Amino acid sequence: MTENIIEVRDLVKHYPVTRGVVFKKTVGHVKAVDGVSFELKAGETLGVVGESGCGKSTLARVLMNLEAPTAGQVLYKGQDISKLRGGALRRLRRQIQLVMQDPYTSLNPRMTVGDLIGEPFEIHPDVAPRGSRRAKVQELLDLVGLNPEHINRYPHQFSGGQRQRIGIARALALRPEVIVCDEPVSALDVSIQAQVMNLLEKLQAEFGLSYVFIAHDLSVVRHLSDRVAVMYLGKMVEIGTEDEIYERPTHPYTQALLSAVPVPDPTLRDNKAIIRLTGDVPSPISPPSGCRFRTRCWKAQDVCAQEVPLLEIRRGSDHPSACHFAEQREIVPTHEV
Amino acid sequence: MSDPSTASIVSTPRIEEPAQTGAPANAGLPESDRRNKPRGLLGDAWRDLRRKPLFWISATFILIFLVMAAFPQLFTSGDAVNGALSRSRVEPSADAWFGYDVQGRDVYARVIYGARASIVVAVISVIGTLLIGGTMGIIAGYRGGWVDALLSRIADVFFGLPFVLGAIVILTTFNGSGTSNSEWKIMGLVIMSLVVLSWPVVMRLMRSSVLATKEADYIVAARALGAGTGRIVLKHLLPNCLAPLLVYGTIMVGSFIGAEATLSFLGVGLKSPVVSWGIMISEAQNYIRVSPFLLFFPALFLVVAVLSFVMLGEAVREALDPKLR
Amino acid sequence: MSDILVSEQSAPGAGSGRPAGRLLEVEDLRVEFRTRDGVAKVINGVTYHVDAGETLAVLGESGSGKSVTAQTIMGILDTPPGFVTGGQVRFHGKDMLKMSGEERRRIRGEGIAMIFQDSLSALNPVFTVGFQVAEQFRIRRGLSRSDAKKRAIEMLDQVKIPNAKGRYSNYPHQFSGGMRQRAMIAMSLALDPEVLIADEPTTALDVTVQAQIMDLLGELQRERQMGMILITHDLGVVADVADRIAVMYAGRIVEEADVYELYGKPGHPYTLGLLNSIPRMDEKGQELRTIKGLPPNLMNIPPGCPFNPRCPMAQPVCREKVPPLLQIGASRASACHFAEELVSRD
Repeated sequence: MTENIIEVRDLVKHYPVTRGVVFKKTVGHVKAVDGVSFELKAGETLGVVGESGCGKSTLARVLMNLEAPTAGQVLYKGQDISKLRGGALRRLRRQIQLVMQDPYTSLNPRMTVGDLIGEPFEIHPDVAPRGSRRAKVQELLDLVGLNPEHINRYPHQFSGGQRQRIGIARALALRPEVIVCDEPVSALDVSIQAQVMNLLEKLQAEFGLSYVFIAHDLSVVRHLSDRVAVMYLGKMVEIGTEDEIYERPTHPYTQALLSAVPVPDPTLRDNKAIIRLTGDVPSPISPPSGCRFRTRCWKAQDVCAQEVPLLEIRRGSDHPSACHFAEQREIVPTHEV
Repeated sequence: MSDPSTASIVSTPRIEEPAQTGAPANAGLPESDRRNKPRGLLGDAWRDLRRKPLFWISATFILIFLVMAAFPQLFTSGDAVNGALSRSRVEPSADAWFGYDVQGRDVYARVIYGARASIVVAVISVIGTLLIGGTMGIIAGYRGGWVDALLSRIADVFFGLPFVLGAIVILTTFNGSGTSNSEWKIMGLVIMSLVVLSWPVVMRLMRSSVLATKEADYIVAARALGAGTGRIVLKHLLPNCLAPLLVYGTIMVGSFIGAEATLSFLGVGLKSPVVSWGIMISEAQNYIRVSPFLLFFPALFLVVAVLSFVMLGEAVREALDPKLR
Repeated sequence: MSDILVSEQSAPGAGSGRPAGRLLEVEDLRVEFRTRDGVAKVINGVTYHVDAGETLAVLGESGSGKSVTAQTIMGILDTPPGFVTGGQVRFHGKDMLKMSGEERRRIRGEGIAMIFQDSLSALNPVFTVGFQVAEQFRIRRGLSRSDAKKRAIEMLDQVKIPNAKGRYSNYPHQFSGGMRQRAMIAMSLALDPEVLIADEPTTALDVTVQAQIMDLLGELQRERQMGMILITHDLGVVADVADRIAVMYAGRIVEEADVYELYGKPGHPYTLGLLNSIPRMDEKGQELRTIKGLPPNLMNIPPGCPFNPRCPMAQPVCREKVPPLLQIGASRASACHFAEELVSRD
């Protein structure tokens, strides 16, 4: 179980910012992902949390090989995915699939559900012989809790939750090992969100899938993840098991983030201390020197502006944190149910 | 619209998320859903079209015009080319339903024979314009970068040419001072000048459509699945970019029939003895007060033909959009 | 800061001489959307009220009618397709639905103001943020250009936009999401309204920014003794700020209760289902119990209780009789035939 399926090493993704129409001039770079390393083990769920602009969606695109990294590597079972071509690349595509955020825009409105879920088989014809495809599509529909008789319907005839199930069925069609979920439930209603989360858990147990689960909702991530990585402005600031991050966070940003999450229990409202962050997230085109969080951090010292804190296990802590002054602090009192 | 069980209120996005069908999973399914045979977009579009009276009416008219263009003899035994001056501008009567023109030729026969030139020129030019402009638009929009810049600048050059001037230049260059009177050669030249001068509009339309669609999540999703460029363009991009093109194409049919008439009027397009509605209209305009019927009949045919194409385009566009069914 | 607030409070107009009684009441409101595909019954008898200084949270999923109710109160419902088919919206006891357009316009902004979820599209991109705030003072209060500008900068300062003077002449796209939401709050509070309707004010924002905005709203509300209607789907936000909660489902209020009572012991199976289906950060090893099925099609709401096809407690009576919203305690009401049973159960 401890085999690494995906290893990400010092991944960097910069987007050039250009001026001019005919003669384009690069005036800077958006440092969307700037040196991120982690690994994904077989059968586990790695949650990636962070606020908008932290680079988590760019990370998903690079993991899916939709964009080439500026530097660093994404290794799938030891192979660098950005170097794969032809047949090897096609085999990789079968193993890593994507579930996207918006169920309203991620399905082609002019294709029937049968065509949508059958498309993976058409792109990878060696997976299922032509004659068996319809049965496979219906089996998939059944698996994700949709009526197999609905193959001739169009996406707009389904509700948001149902469409997300169609997206999941599509991702499952090729029996991948890894599914990258980019905010898969954040566009859904509360009662529907739970249905889709339970479905994802069920499928993981059934097929031994590994998930990279990208989300901004910390409660959802805690519920589904085995390990959690916290990102801020293109960097990973803290990574650890679910307990380590939620019960013993050491990075000030993680602590602030956790303290800001509203807990659905009014009796906690008075004895809750929200750590208030001031100001906005700086621009990823010119991030602050040293620690990127220092401009909003209450612990910031001179050293924070000069030295980039490494993501490493520090004294008095049991998991890696990228803060010079990492210190455990309980933010959300957790109880077992 | 046609299928009560799938009626949704998506068309009014203000009602937050419409609570849709799903709840009773099987209730009220259309029969075809139970039969469970997989269909695609085109099959569904055809099924939908067959239920539309608008489609049948316009298709019937277009079919009649096409037959008229191919076999004018079926409709009239009259002579469209030769006339007797003694019958000049004789009003419609039982034996000449549409009357006689200035030169005493049977207007009915001329309108029938005129369909060929008018419809052939308009339809082929529209198809050519859509193909060339559409392809260029897809290439420019999808590839982007320097390809887009180059194609767009080329299009701008053609876009900048005034239509009449451009057509005169092309027609007089390739058919110096009307040396050739061959019907097909002149038609070919007219078609060429229409296509050459009109494709940039279609290209711009297609390009902006493609640019908007290219970034859609479902295109990213298809790429993530490993779909190649061909599949993405044909299955995902094209069906979602086609609607504005279809609408524009049907409008073009009408304006091209008119453009052909303009060129004829200027003496660089089709000429006698070739007959077209455009020629007839331009000839009739001198007598519009004394003999309005000379203008009325060719204009009527023109309007019906143009309307039929516009209605057909509208019906096809609706059929190709699952949300409108 | 504080003396600005005092001057703001004593501003002429809305603030003075509030008559006794309910500030804003909605009674048995009914709205339907007439579309090409049929008639959708979007609101089917909604009754709630809000008093000065209190926060009423209207909780519901998409399609529950929570935003349409707010649009009807504001008089910004699109007609067609939306039509009010019954009920009253009373502001200081006067039915707004019977008022002339002119009277309603006067209430908008000075009596009742609204902030929206999407601040980027709610602000006009071609005018500066400051100008849009100042416009309120110029048009509605007849202030001169320079006075209006001064008041607008004060407003921007009150919503804690740093360097308000400098940012006065920035355009909306130059603001971050959180700052834009602050600017919108400044705009809607400019005329010192008595009721503020906040329609999903923080849904598009990140959690740390959400906390800031909710704090700001709470603070401004306390200072001005405004009544606030917070429309949201987020059970976490509601638990933090609401006094009372009205839960909506398929165009009806299914439960209304004090916030502690509602979270402590839900009086409607739908509320219970919602609370059981949200993941909680403070609970480990939690099992999510979902509500089965989907909300009903509003063109075809099931007979009886609209929730009955999804309800684990449904009995034959639920399919026949629409349960009315009945008082089940001192400060709560529920529209469930078995509400008493549900509340007395441990």
